[in-house]
Amino acid sequence: MTEILTKVVVCGGACEPKCGKCGEPQIIPLTAEEIAQREADAIAYAEQQAIVEAEAAAKAEAKASAEAKLAKLGLTPDEIAALK
Amino acid sequence: MANTMTLVSTVTVGAGGAASIDFTSIPQTGTDLVVMCSLRASGVGTNLTFNNDNGANYSKRRLQGSGSTVSSNSASAQAYVNFIGQDATTYVANTFGNAAIYIPNYTSSTNKSVSIDGVTEDNATAAWMGLDAGLWSGTNAITSLKLASSNLDNFAQYSTASLYIIDKSGATGATVA
Repeated sequence: MTEILTKVVVCGGACEPKCGKCGEPQIIPLTAEEIAQREADAIAYAEQQAIVEAEAAAKAEAKASAEAKLAKLGLTPDEIAALK
Repeated sequence: MANTMTLVSTVTVGAGGAASIDFTSIPQTGTDLVVMCSLRASGVGTNLTFNNDNGANYSKRRLQGSGSTVSSNSASAQAYVNFIGQDATTYVANTFGNAAIYIPNYTSSTNKSVSIDGVTEDNATAAWMGLDAGLWSGTNAITSLKLASSNLDNFAQYSTASLYIIDKSGATGATVA
């Protein structure tokens, strides 16, 4: 059985003509266009998250590499920590 | 400072869940908007859009902490402003994330800024908190806004969102020259 996706919509009262349901939450099925947009947004979000995570991983890797190089130069862990 | 803060509507998601929470026909009687939300879905990201604009007209910058690390990131040409504001379903049962969304000058004919302060709640080492500064490159007055989970899922039952209007039009006070 296919799930029927719905949204909760509430009118703030500035509707013209008056909807007669101002302030009352309405449960409305998503349109095909809204479902497609939802799927596109999820894909875009996943892609953006992947970019953010890759940038964070690269930064962490660079930091670890820099700390290793400093250690090879003879800096103690306390001295390396003092640079942060 | 604001003269009044008036509740427009509160939505509580029912047993079937909801793909989004939409506030429509927002009165143009105030100066700023505030949305206070308490949400739960499969992930921690929530999307905010205005006036059903799904174009690449949003950008944002975020400062965030996970409980062990801090970081920042930014995004431009997005179809929404994404923020941290909901608990994931993997988190402790019956907990909800929280976010406060502030939108100044929502009736103006200039681009709209938005600031969002959000946290998750999980009785564990890692829990997220984020500060998002967003921009909607839209010059129409905001007449509707939508909250939706960033993933293909529904807001869980008992998720809530409340929309308030701030009216500063009658504010008085010292003028700083």
